[in-house]
Order: sequence, then structure tokens, then C-alpha cells
Amino acid sequence: MIQEFKKIWKPYLIGLLWLLGLLWPLLGIHPDGTLSFARTFTVWLYIATGISICAVIYLLNKSDALGPVTAPIGNARKALGAFGKTVPTWVWLLALLVVALIYPQVTNRYAQDVAVNVLIYICLGLGLNIVVGLAGMLDLGYIAFYGVGAYSYALLNTHFGISFWATLPIAALLACIAGCIIGYPTLRMRGDYLAIVTLGFGEIVRIILNNWMSVTNGPNGILGVKAPSIFWPSFAEGFSFELLYLKKLHYLYYIALGLAIITIISVRNLNYSRIGRAWESIREDETAAELMGVNTFLLKLLAYAMGALFAGLAGAFFCARMRFVSPESFTFLESAMVLSMVVLGGMGSIPGIMLGAAALIVLPEVFREFETYRMLAFGLAMIVMMLFRPAGLIPAKRVGTRSEEKEG
Amino acid sequence: MEPILELKDVYSSYGSIKALKGISLKVFPGEIVAIIGANGAGKSTTLMATCGIVPIDKGDILYQGKSISGLMAEKLPIMGLCQVPEGRRIFPRLTVHENLELGAFYRKDRAGIEKDMERVYDLFPVLRDRTKQQGGTLSGGEQQMLAIARALMTRPKVLLMDEPSLGLAPLIVQRIFDIIHDVNESEGMTILLVEQNANLALQAAQRGYVLETGTVTMEDDADKLLHNEEIRKAYLGE
Repeated sequence: MIQEFKKIWKPYLIGLLWLLGLLWPLLGIHPDGTLSFARTFTVWLYIATGISICAVIYLLNKSDALGPVTAPIGNARKALGAFGKTVPTWVWLLALLVVALIYPQVTNRYAQDVAVNVLIYICLGLGLNIVVGLAGMLDLGYIAFYGVGAYSYALLNTHFGISFWATLPIAALLACIAGCIIGYPTLRMRGDYLAIVTLGFGEIVRIILNNWMSVTNGPNGILGVKAPSIFWPSFAEGFSFELLYLKKLHYLYYIALGLAIITIISVRNLNYSRIGRAWESIREDETAAELMGVNTFLLKLLAYAMGALFAGLAGAFFCARMRFVSPESFTFLESAMVLSMVVLGGMGSIPGIMLGAAALIVLPEVFREFETYRMLAFGLAMIVMMLFRPAGLIPAKRVGTRSEEKEG
Repeated sequence: MEPILELKDVYSSYGSIKALKGISLKVFPGEIVAIIGANGAGKSTTLMATCGIVPIDKGDILYQGKSISGLMAEKLPIMGLCQVPEGRRIFPRLTVHENLELGAFYRKDRAGIEKDMERVYDLFPVLRDRTKQQGGTLSGGEQQMLAIARALMTRPKVLLMDEPSLGLAPLIVQRIFDIIHDVNESEGMTILLVEQNANLALQAAQRGYVLETGTVTMEDDADKLLHNEEIRKAYLGE
């Protein structure tokens, strides 16, 4: 214990002082020009005490002084893991589905709202996973297709009164076409260059939405989009079907759940298909894939189109849920968020991305108590997650360590 | 006899740098042809141009009497022309089995693929023990074997091989050349071999071409090249 402490006390103290240096400008300098120190020191003391306790526990654990406590926990974990393996996968999936189905019955509006968000982002993350995780193309403008889907529904609904269900395939198709239009000229590029070009295209779409006043109503957005509707049998005056708008949040939750399940199943099937294999070969080595007879250009375009398709579906739903769209929802930050979900969850891993989406949506909500420091805590949580699980929360089984990681 | 593969006065360049300045060569069915030459002579570019990866500026490439220059690279394996690229270039994060399946990507005949899979596993027993292992975790020699096996899965009529001996232990190199010989002998597969190790290549081949700065400076039977004074001085280190 003492030995371990000797090794780390210097960087530890420097770290604490550095934190103080970072905190003071944030807390101690006030807009009216006055300076204060008391608040900084109290906050700093809280953090320092917390971290010191963590450090002591960490050191104790490292020097095996905590053996009597950790050993039973470790055993329990092992036993739990063994138990988990004996239950077949479909039981887990069924349990998850049941939980998802009864979720809105036992939760309040706020929790449902967060859950709907998570489901939308699961669709987006899995769609982007096709492009980034499988085909290996870094796409920084992915949210543009989400925007295309959302605006497709908004415009078709407000101008022509086309219903949500009829628009879903149209929105998906339009997003697909947008994917091909953007993909065709950009896919000749590889790696970093592709990332920059997709970033540019993403911005182009947003700026068009922002400035094309006559069609998109610019930054004011489009109001009065109808919620999804269904025909519900009504027995009021004899038997007839009544048009029912699904405005209640828990109806929307079920639609989102349906979309997410469709996305999960399709992406899973794509992942294990011949096409998925070909995508992976392109990710691994494009030239070699070409030499083996893989039509790289067409398949890359297909990856783009498929990714865009799921974004389009999610976008149409997003618009139907908000009953309003504006270009603000499709900024680069959103693209970055979706990409973070994919990377954080584990590229190419479907459960990983689901968990990543949940983490990135739920964490900022959890940190609401920190008020203005919410995003600071969120960023810190992301750093910690990536430090401890660099390959993602649930790394994909098929995708092992990357070559650059192995060398390190 | 008609050549199965013929390059006619092929020019190619990377930007302003001329890599090939009029390469002409013929490969006849069933033979092993070696291309030797120093670094930067244009050996790999010749193969990459043949496979349609590097575009050619001038000249023509004929395969079975038909021009293939300007065809998309991915069309060639279907026609029976496949390359084992330099530096192996296997798919590192896919398993050995998946690598081999990708070799048979364009093929639809399940039974034939199964049969060929067995055949390459017989040729390279090491791979059979490692079917579930990721390609990137194999040793250099095993990766080279995987690259050759993957190419064989396309059922090539002409196999282009770029530096199969690169960075491998002499014993492994010998094994690989035995297998090259074997495939050529038992199945009559035509092989165009690019090598820096001139001695080895000329011993394996029936005919050879010597490349220097993008042009063919000599072509002859491999035996004669092997005993040529100049060649011995320039490429065999004597």
C-alpha cells in the first residue's frame, strides 16, 4: 500500500492542483469583474475528497488488502455470469421485449419521452453502423438523411395531407436517393478525405433547409404536421372505422419500438449476409476486396443507401412525434452524437450500439442535477468510458482488436 | 499457341511519374512466367495494371484474346484472372474461413465452393487448424498461405502472384514455391510470378522477363536467364 502510494502521489497532487487551476476561472471569475475564491475551494474540496477516497480504495484493492470484500463479489459475479450462460438467448430477448412493451404502462411522461428518444437514436446508430462499422467509411454528415426523412414527412403531410404510414416508405426512399446522390461523387474517396466531404454535404443539406424559405420555411421550421393516425373500429353508430390520431406519448412509444425492432432485425440480417461479409472485406482492405471480385463501388453505395434508409425512417417518425421540424435539429453536433453512440457502444455490435444510444441519451438526463455543469459531467463520463472500454461497451465479437491496437 | 494473357506496349503512370513505359509480354497457358527486376522497376505496377487497379495510359491488355483494359477490377476474377497482392493483404479482422469465403464471393455454386474449400485446406493444412482464427493473428507465412488459398478459391485460370516470398523465412518460402509448382503441375494453372528473389523465381519458372525502369530489357527461357552473366551480376549477387 505504502509502496503503491509512493509511486502515484506526485502525479496525483499535480492532477488535483491542475483541477483547481481549471475550476477557478469557471467559478471564481464573475461577469461583473469581481473575483472570488471561496466557492471554488469548497467545490474543489468536495471533488478532492471524493477522488481521494476513490484513490485509497483503488490502492487498497491493488495491494490485495480488500481481499475479504472483493473475493465474494467476484465469486458472485462469476456465478451470475455462469447462470446467464445457461439461459438461452431467446429468453433474454423475450424478457427484454416484455420489459419494453410494459414500460410505458409503469412510467411517467418524462421517462417515456426519454425512452422514445433512445429508440430513435438506436435506429440512427444502427443505420450509421452499416456505413461506419461494417463498410468502414467515416461519415460525419449522417444526420442529413435524418433531416431528409423528417422534411419529407413534414412537407408531404402539410401540403398533400399524406398520412404517416404512407409517408414512411416514401421518406425512406427519398433518404435512400439522397444517400446515393451524396454517395456517388464522394465514394471515390477514402478515409479522412471521405469524412471531410461527408461533413461538407451534411452542412449543405442543413443550410439548404435553413435558407430555402419558399419550401422549408427556413429557420422557422414547419408547423402543424399531423401525428400518426390509425383506423380504429368504432361502435358508436353501428360499426365503422374512425380515424384516430396517436398523439399520446405512449402510442408514439410503441411506434418507435416497432421501428427500432424492424431496424434491429434488418441490420442483424444484413450483418450476417453475403452483402455484410462483402462490406466487411471493403472495411478491411478495399483493394484486396476488389481483387476478389467484390464490386466495391456498388456495395459502398448500397451501404450508404441502406444507412440513409434507416435514418429516413427515424426522421419521419421524429417529425411525426414533434409535429414540427426545423433545421436546428440536424446540426453537425447530432451527427457527432450518433457517431459517438456507435463508437462508444462498440462498432459493428448491435447490442453495443443499443447500449451506447441509451447511455448517451440517458446520461445527460441523469446529470440534470448538475445544471450548468451537465455537459462537463457528460464529457467526463465519455472520457472515462472510452478509457476503460476502448473497443466499446459491448465490443462486436466478429470484430476483434484493431491492428493498430495490437502493436501498442 | 495463343497466349492466354498478353500485354501489348502498356504505358502507365502515377501522376507525372511514368511507371510503365511500353511493357509487352506474353503468358501461354499452363506455364509459369517470372518477372524479375529491382525495386521500382514496375513489376507490381504491371500486375496492378493487368488487374485493372492501376489505369493504363496507352497499349492494350488481352486475356484469352479479348481486351480487358478498362474493365472494372472486380470483373476479372469471374473471368478467371486473380491476383495474390503484394504484402498479402488478407482481411485481418475476418476469420480464416471468412477470408476464404470472400475468395469465392462471386461464385454461386455451393457444392463447388465446399469442394474447393476442402482442396485448399488439403493444400495448406495449417489453415484447417485455424479456420475460426482471425486472419490478422496468423504468422507471416500463414498469412501468405491464406492469401494464396483465398485466390485459389476464385478458381483462377491465370494466377498473378506479387512477391510471395516477401519477408518470409527460407523454409516457408520453399513450402510456398512447392505449392506454386504443385498447382501449376496438377491443374495446369498458368502463373505469372513477380519476384525480387530472382534465383528462386527463375528456378520455378519456365520463362522470365527482366524489367528495368518500366521497360522489358530481356526475355528468355528461365534456365538461360539463370545462367546469363549480366543477370547473375545484377540480380543474383555474384
